[in-house]
Amino acid sequence: MDVILGITTANEVIVITSRAFVRGVSILKADDKDKTRILSPHTMMAFTGESGDTVQFAEFIQANIQLHEMRNAVELSPSAITSFLRNQLATSLRSRKPYNVNVLVAGYDEAKGKPELNWVDYLSAKVSVPYAAHGYAAYYTLSLLDRWHRTDLTLEEGLKVAEMCVAELKKRLPIDFKGVDIKVVDKDGIRTEKVIE
Amino acid sequence: MSDPSSINGGAIVAMVGKDCVAIACDMRLGMQALTVSNDFPKIYQYNNTFIGLAGLATDVLTLSEVFRYKVNMYNLREERDIEPETFANLVSSTLYEKRFGPYFVGPIVAGINSKTGKPYICGFDLIGCINFAKDFVVGGTTSHQLFGMCESLWEPDLEPEDLFETISQALMNAQDRDAMSGAGGLVYIITKDKIVKRLLKTRQD
Repeated sequence: MDVILGITTANEVIVITSRAFVRGVSILKADDKDKTRILSPHTMMAFTGESGDTVQFAEFIQANIQLHEMRNAVELSPSAITSFLRNQLATSLRSRKPYNVNVLVAGYDEAKGKPELNWVDYLSAKVSVPYAAHGYAAYYTLSLLDRWHRTDLTLEEGLKVAEMCVAELKKRLPIDFKGVDIKVVDKDGIRTEKVIE
Repeated sequence: MSDPSSINGGAIVAMVGKDCVAIACDMRLGMQALTVSNDFPKIYQYNNTFIGLAGLATDVLTLSEVFRYKVNMYNLREERDIEPETFANLVSSTLYEKRFGPYFVGPIVAGINSKTGKPYICGFDLIGCINFAKDFVVGGTTSHQLFGMCESLWEPDLEPEDLFETISQALMNAQDRDAMSGAGGLVYIITKDKIVKRLLKTRQD
């Protein structure tokens, strides 16, 4: 029931993650900031899935990307990072105990000068998309995004669409997800834009 | 519905014309009934040979990378482009290698032999059994609908432009009868010295 949402605008990607840490029907923590990891100065990932697998996999990817950047002194593009991530997840899929993790990779491609959002599910199907969500959030927000998303959205307009999505989720989801963290990736890097309680 | 080959959906079709072949696919990527993307082409080009990969999206991506690697190695070893017939056998043996834990795909190969100039199309099952065809081959969740459309629209010795019209209409009308595929189309028309790629705009539901 975690909410993981990504929206690209003209110059940035907006990443929305819920603040509740849920196990079964219980909320164990109401200000969970653990659903994202920073992979490189301009790329971050948000994730849901089996608890344990999620953070383990995310930090494995994070460590390897950081190692690659230290060894080679170059920042990888978001698409290169996603390819690596997909390859690791696809290899794990046909192992004895696959990682059960769904991922959104949000980044700003400095070479192309464009924001980029990649959707990867636990089967390692990967696709580059203008907006995406995982889990139940997808059923409630994708229709809104179909209606209101444009490729030339400004950050303010993008945040407005994001808030519409959060309002809809608050209305429709049976468990209170304790608000969301909204993060933004743009040419200057990654920052927490705002928190909706 | 947890059948791996029909989680993501997809439609692939290839046809033979007069000294030309065509291969086409839809653009949808879904999870069950939910459409995730309308920009997921399933046709890959290696030299002058094309392969359409319908089935589980993760295996579509994995195999496209495996074939890219294998064809690049072939090019380096042989110092020439791979022919469609050779590529078809490469696909077959690659799939059979995973006989007891297969990739969940139904590939289709299309191309023109650069030596003889003969059009070549064929299809495969998920473990690499080759299905040779003189007229057309279909694949993906839309294969039943595509069989119907191809049986009624296809005729021998179509010129490239007529073949484009035939394959496009077959694809579009078939995918409109399948909820798991659609969201646009991609068509390649291949002749001996020219490859034309066209995008089809279709309904998005």
